[in-house]
Amino acid sequence: MQTHPKKLLVIIAEAALEKLLVKEARHLGAHGYTVAEVHGGGATGARDADWEGNRSIRMEVICDEAVAQSIAEHVLNSYCKNYSVSIFLADVEVLRPGKF
Amino acid sequence: MDPVVLFFLLGAFARIAKSDLRLPEALYETLSIYLLLAIGLKGGVEIAKHSLGAVAPQAIAVIAMGAMLPLIAFPILRIFAKLARADAGNIAAHYGSVSVVTFAVGIAFLARQQVPYESYFPLFVALLEVPGIVVGILLAKMGRESAEGKPVQWGPLSHEVLLGKSVVLLVGGIIIGWIAGPQGIDPFKGLFFDLFRGVLALFLLEMGLVAAGRIADLKSRWLFMLGFGTLMPICFAVIGILLGKMLGLSVGGMTLLGLLAGSASYIAAPTATRIAIPEANPGLSIGLALGVTFPFNITLGVALYHAIAQRLA
Repeated sequence: MQTHPKKLLVIIAEAALEKLLVKEARHLGAHGYTVAEVHGGGATGARDADWEGNRSIRMEVICDEAVAQSIAEHVLNSYCKNYSVSIFLADVEVLRPGKF
Repeated sequence: MDPVVLFFLLGAFARIAKSDLRLPEALYETLSIYLLLAIGLKGGVEIAKHSLGAVAPQAIAVIAMGAMLPLIAFPILRIFAKLARADAGNIAAHYGSVSVVTFAVGIAFLARQQVPYESYFPLFVALLEVPGIVVGILLAKMGRESAEGKPVQWGPLSHEVLLGKSVVLLVGGIIIGWIAGPQGIDPFKGLFFDLFRGVLALFLLEMGLVAAGRIADLKSRWLFMLGFGTLMPICFAVIGILLGKMLGLSVGGMTLLGLLAGSASYIAAPTATRIAIPEANPGLSIGLALGVTFPFNITLGVALYHAIAQRLA
């Protein structure tokens, strides 16, 4: 089976940012995205998802490297200073490259 | 102490003692939807019995109070607590808005004491949600200090505030109750009115778990947070009680207006301010609203404000 290289961009962030992240990722060229509610902790404490203000999301975007770079850069500049955000990239292989 | 508050204390104990008790998130969501709708419906049915002309002047005064409270809290936070503009505005927004669950505990308290109150009060709760948040955000964004921050996008923000779940469900419930009237709402009575206290008890169990989880937020500035989180609500409650007296409300109504003025929002305000004032520290505002003021109001505040209302009536 033939596979094609793409980038997987993962953003873990406060749920308050979800609408903005989705809108901006689309604007910067993402064809699709997947969002899940998650909970976890970091250097400044835990986010338990036990009420509205304490929820976190994990957003995944599979896209071309250039798109992934531009979304990552945008998130880094706009949100990482004031919000709880984790962001990373990974190499993935997809079967239908046109979809991403 | 009202038995519903004991459920709150049980939840808080479970969290502090590191019990594995945890309510499913979907249940928390369901219970909060139920409470907001039930309060709205109850108010709507009662509004149907009153003429809007009589309620309107009171409603305008209540909105003005909601807009004024952050203007009092803000300079206190700036001058005495020496907080940055963003943090002071953010906390002022939380205290200008209201907590619906605190109100629910207030009506349960009055019902238990058999103290009557103006039954259209849920309308005031809905009206008090928004103005304080807007004024608090304006205060945070004014002046040179915030020049580096992005300007507030009022379009998305007003969507967030006016169409947030608490406003939609409260106002929606009021309108449904108003249209349906007492007879129309009769078939829903069993669910929305008779079960109210039981659901409130369950919700407060969860709130105990959540509120006790905020204790960690108090570590850095505990003296300021305990002081502000209890004294500010008392001052605001006195303002609310006095306004209630000026508006000719009953003792029960004065108590409730005091409780609303003294309560701090932890649903609508954090959601709106997190985006509008990114540089504000949410640990501070939520630690205050949820970790100090909410527990204080439901355990001691309600009875205290009722006593003050009785004295001033």
